[in-house]
Formats: sequence, structure tokens, C-alpha cells
Amino acid sequence: MAHIGLNHFLFVSLVLFSLGIFGIVTRKNAVMVLMGIELILNSANINFIAFAKFGNFGLQGQMMALFVIILAAAEAAIALAIVLNIYKTFSTVNVDEIDTLKD
Amino acid sequence: MSESVLIQLAEIILFLPLIGFIVTLLFGKKIKYVYNFENFIIILAFALAVVLAYIKLSDFPNQTVTGQFTWINMGNLPLFGTIHIDLGMMVDNIAALMIVVVTLISMLVHIFSIAYMKGDKRYNRYFAYLGIFTFSMTGIVFTHNLLMMYIFWELVGLSSYLLIGFWFEKKSAADAGKKAFIVNRVGDIGMFSGILILFFTYHTFTFDTIFHQISLGHIPFNSEFWLTVTGILIFMGAIGKSAQFPLHVWLPDAMEGPTPVSALIHAATMVAAGVYLIIRVFPILSGGALFFIAIIGALSALIPATIAITQNDIKKVLAYSTISQLGYMVLALGVGAYSFAFFHLMTHAFFKSLLFLGSGSIIHQMHHEQDIRKMGGLRKKMPITYITFLIASLAISGIPLTSGFLSKDGILAGTYAFGSLTGNWFFPFVGFFVALLTALYMFRLVILTFHGEPRDKEKYDHAHESPFVMAMPLVVLATLSIFIWYTPNPFNPEQGALLSKWVKAPEIYTPQDARYTFMKSDAVEPGTKPKAGEEITYSEMYTNAMENAHVPSMILSLFLASSGLLIAFLFYQWKIFDADKLAERTKPVYNFLLNKWYFDEFYAATFVAFTFGLSKVLAWFDANIIDGIVNGTATVTRQFSKLSGKFDNVVVDGAVNSAAYLSGFLGLFFRKFQTGKVQTYIVLVIFSLVILLFLFKSF
Repeated sequence: MAHIGLNHFLFVSLVLFSLGIFGIVTRKNAVMVLMGIELILNSANINFIAFAKFGNFGLQGQMMALFVIILAAAEAAIALAIVLNIYKTFSTVNVDEIDTLKD
Repeated sequence: MSESVLIQLAEIILFLPLIGFIVTLLFGKKIKYVYNFENFIIILAFALAVVLAYIKLSDFPNQTVTGQFTWINMGNLPLFGTIHIDLGMMVDNIAALMIVVVTLISMLVHIFSIAYMKGDKRYNRYFAYLGIFTFSMTGIVFTHNLLMMYIFWELVGLSSYLLIGFWFEKKSAADAGKKAFIVNRVGDIGMFSGILILFFTYHTFTFDTIFHQISLGHIPFNSEFWLTVTGILIFMGAIGKSAQFPLHVWLPDAMEGPTPVSALIHAATMVAAGVYLIIRVFPILSGGALFFIAIIGALSALIPATIAITQNDIKKVLAYSTISQLGYMVLALGVGAYSFAFFHLMTHAFFKSLLFLGSGSIIHQMHHEQDIRKMGGLRKKMPITYITFLIASLAISGIPLTSGFLSKDGILAGTYAFGSLTGNWFFPFVGFFVALLTALYMFRLVILTFHGEPRDKEKYDHAHESPFVMAMPLVVLATLSIFIWYTPNPFNPEQGALLSKWVKAPEIYTPQDARYTFMKSDAVEPGTKPKAGEEITYSEMYTNAMENAHVPSMILSLFLASSGLLIAFLFYQWKIFDADKLAERTKPVYNFLLNKWYFDEFYAATFVAFTFGLSKVLAWFDANIIDGIVNGTATVTRQFSKLSGKFDNVVVDGAVNSAAYLSGFLGLFFRKFQTGKVQTYIVLVIFSLVILLFLFKSF
């Protein structure tokens, strides 16, 4: 078993980030898109923590990760409210069918 | 009395008839008796004219009063120098006398017309026209410059045109008006050119300045030839207006107008304007110009006199007589008998307007019958008309105790003196011969009209003496045809105030070499003097010759006039000779005279035909060349438009359409990216981000 280093963390973060992007781009349901966003935020968290562990920054990375978690919670609240509004307006949360930006 | 009063009076007299004209024209249709206003105006003008003449002749007999103002100031022009055009009034003895003649005859004609024109549907307009005529004539009389002379010259032409064609429903009247106007235009072109030559040379129109310049020896183009040409050109105006040969053809036709108009315009005043013009420019006429004037005058005296013998229309006879008498005046000016020309102008104005008004009276009573062959015996029916007409006929024939005798005798003496001084006996011969003819045709007219038996019984029975307003002017004019107004001695006009004090030969300003020899002001060379030891000048020589000529010419003219009168009585009164048989025997000559020397036919065959031919050529040119050019241009334009349209359709529209097509095509392509779906955008953003990363990774 090889020593687990910074690159492994970054690789996990990259996979998470890519999965997030993939989720945002491919999912039809708006809630699923939100979940993609959450994945991206968490991949960022992993980066923060990994750089904090392997770097010489003290606890700043952990602090920033905590801050991101709080931000993600707020973001989820607002985003869900938006999704509710979308549903109210278009009677669907399927982002494929919402193309009024075209007009 | 100051001089400005005279000028103000002259201005009032000038503008009064204009006011009358405007008022009568504007309110003529609305107010029935507005012509009375015009009559009032003209009486007022006459009264003022008498006052003016009185002041001028008694207070300033040897002075010329002028008043002027600058009308147009052109400042200092390049090439020309300073130019300002002045208008102004000039009152000298001749103008003062002339204005009395003009307003007096105008007034009498106004009064006469009240009855003569009664019942005409354009009654008020008639008086309005008389008003503008009087206005224009007054302008000619008072002008102190050539420009104003020309303006009013054209205005009298206009009023003459309006009055000749007053009964324009009749085609002959309308044609006569046009003829008068057009024939006058021919003369006016010459006059205008003459005025322009003077203006070009002196930069002014004012008589005084021009005369002064010429007296300093400054003449047009520095050549006496051009001075002569200028004189002849200005005289051309007089040829037209005074109906002199060869432009006399309009005057007989002008008799289509109402007869009082013929009396006023075509006998007494307007036609005398030509003579008045020559009188005005007399000081600058060179010997050559004067000789030309004399020739024209002699021909104009002779030719119409011969025509008048054969005419049967009472007004035509008088018209030809007018031309002949005007020819006398022009001849008198041409031979230098200046004061007698003006004297004859005055006396002729009175007795000729009397003759016309008398004929108007006859025509009025004969229900517009003008043929003297249908008259006769009117003596008993119309005694006043007869007696006044007879007095005028005696005057025009030059029978003693009349005014015409005095003035005509003066003119004949002038030609006689001219003949004796220059050896040119053509002018006196013509003058004396015309005196014979004058007596002949006038008494032929009188006898055929008034004597003998009535030849048209029906019309004769209807005729009676004219009403007071028509008879009164006749009587006034008849008294003015008696010698007593002009001189106390019926055989010597120079004893009267008119010729001894008021009208004097003017100073001549032309260079000495350009004058007639007898008009030179230097002394006669030794050896040619008539009396030794006496120092006399050439002009004195002329005066002496006139005095010497006076008695022989008087006897000769008296003899000729009475023989003319006798011939008329022999032929027409006592019928000892038969006029018709004589006419039959001399048929070619008679026809030649009856047809007025074929002047009208000659002009119709030459100038009129030429003008028509020229018009046809020009019309052809217009229709083919000009229209061809225009149509050609149109065709070229159309072809070009077609080409341009093609270019528009194919090239420009092609470019525009292809641009539109291209953008549409591009739109079709790019709209695919604009899905409106957030996820697509995100993909694109990421895709672009990746590209950017790769692009900028080296930095």
C-alpha cells in the first residue's frame, strides 16, 4: 500500500468535481442539478482540507472548509426556493423544458 | 412765388389723373356716376395747368425750373464709375404751354365723351383709360430725363392700345390695337437704343447733363457719325409714336377707337409726343440727323396727303391729314424752324381735335355711319358742328385769320429759307405742294359731308344738332383756332407773345462741324457776307432768310391753298368737273392712292410674311431640333435608368440579398447554440474555459 499523499486527495477532488459537472450538465431534474453543485462544493472542500494538511497554513484550510459547508447550506436553501419558484412558474422542475432564456 | 411752387404744381397735375384713373377703375362697377369724379379731376388739372403756365410765363419767362431726386443710386460700379439715376420734373416755357394744351383738350374730350359714350356698357372704364392717358402724357411733358420720358412713352402707348381696342368685341378694333402697339414697338426699339447709347456715354439720363457734356465736346464714341446715329435712333421713337413714314400705317387703323379718343390721342396729344420728343432733344441733333428728320417729315407730309384725297371714311381722311400735318412739324424741325414746329403742334392740336370731335358729332348723329358718300347736306341740320368744322378746315388749309395759317406759313417760310440757304429745294417744294393737297382734301371732306343734297335720306332725317356737352367743346376749340390768341397781327405770328417771348429757338450744343452750316454760331466768313461791313453769324443768317422768305412764302401758300380750295369746289360743289370720271380715267393712280400706296399690303408681303416665315422656321426648329434634343435626352435617360435599374436589381440587390442570406444562414447555424437551456450554456462555458486554459497555459 503506497503512502497516501496530496495527489490522491486532489484526484478524489477531481473525480468529485467532474461528477458534479456531469450531474449539472446531464441531469434533467433541477434538484439533481443542485446535488451536482453540492458535489462541486465538496470537491472544493476536499482541496481546502488536503492543502491544509500538506501545506503550512495552520487551520486556515479547515476554517475555509467549514465556511464552505455553511455557505452550501445557505445555497441549498436559496436554490431550493428558486426551484420551488420555477415549479410555480413552469409547473415542472425539468430543466430541459425550461428554455425561455432563448427568447 | 418760388420755383418750388411750380414743381409742386407740376407734380400735382401729374398725379391727379392717376388718382382719377385708380378711383374710376376700382369703383367703376360699384358706383354708377364715378365718371363724374374723373371729369372733376381733369377740370381741376386743367385749372392748375393754367395757373402753372401763368406763373411760369409771367414770373420766370427765361428760366427752366427743375426739381429732381435720386431714384436709384448704384454707387461706384467697376468699369462704369459712379452711376445714379435721377427722376425729376422740368418746367420750361414749352412744357408749360404744352401742359395747358394737353389738359385743355383732355378736358374737352372728357366733356364731349359724356354724351358721345352714353349707354356704353364700359362707360366708367372709358373714363378711367382717359385718366391714365392724361397721366402718362403729363409725364412726357414734364420729364427732365430720357428714362422717365421712355417710361411715360410706353404708358401712352399702353393707354392708346387700351383705347383703340376699347370696343374689343369687334375684331377690327382688337386688331387695330395690336397693330398700333406692335408698330410702335419698332420705333421704340430705336429710341431705346439711342437712350442707351447716351446713357453709356454720359452715365445719366438727364437732359441738362447730357446737353452740358455735348457742349463740352464730349460726344458718343468720339465721333460725329455716332452723334448722328444717336439722334436718328431717338427720332425712331418719334417715327413710331408720331406715325411718320414708314411706320405711319397704324394711325389710320387706330380710328377703330371711339372718336373722342381719336381726337385726344391720335390727333392732338399722343401723336404730337413724337414731335415733343424731338423738340426736347433738338439741341443735340446733328446736321445729319436733322436732314434725316427733314426727309422723313417731308415724305410723311406728302404721302398721306395724296392718300387722303381718295379716302371715303371721314375718320380715315382726318387720320391721313394728321400724319401729313405731323410730317409738317417734323419737317419744320428738320429744317431748323424749331419754334414754328412747336407753334404748329399747338395750333394743330386745337383744330385737329376740333375736326375729330366734329366728325364724332356727325358720326354720333348718323348712327355710326362714317362713309362721307352717304352724308351730305348736314349743314342745315347741324349748324354748330358745320361752322366749327368749317373754321377748323380753314385753319388746317392755311386760310388767313386762322391759327393754322400762321403756323403753317412759318413752317413753309422755314423750308423756303432752308432752300435758299442750302440750295436744296426739295423740302419747300414738298411743303408747298402739300399745302395745296391739304386744302383740296379738307374741302372735299367738308363739301361732301355738309353741302349738297343728303345722299342717305333715312339717316339724314334722324340727324339733328348734338347736345350741349358735345357742342360746347367744339365752340371752345373753334375759338382757339382763330389767330387772336397767338398774335395781334393775323399775318405775322412773331408779333405775338407766344413766339416773341415764350418759344425761342434753343441753344445748339452739337459740335460746330456737325451742324448745318447755317446753324453755326461763329461769324460768316468774309466774302460770303450778304452785306459788307456787317458782322453777322450763321444763325442770324437763317433768321434773316426766314424773314426774307416770310412774304413770298405767304403769298405762294395763300395762292396754293386757295387753288386747292377752288379745285375742291369745282369738283364737288359745282360739279363742273366730274371726280368719278377723273378717277376712271386715271384708274391706276387712283387705285394706288385709294389703297394707301399699298403700304399695308407691302408690309404684309414683306415684314409680316417674313415674320410668319421666320416663326415657321423657328417652330420647325422647335419641333424637330429642340424637341429632338429634349426627347433624345429623355431616351438616353430612360436607357440609362433601365441599365441602372438592372444594376440595382442584380448587383446591389444581389449584394444585399446575399448579405441577408448569409446572415440568415449563419443565424440558422448559430441559433442552435442559443437553446435557452442553462445546461447547454454551462457545457459551453466549461468547454470554452478548457480552451482558454489550453490557450493561456504557457503564461
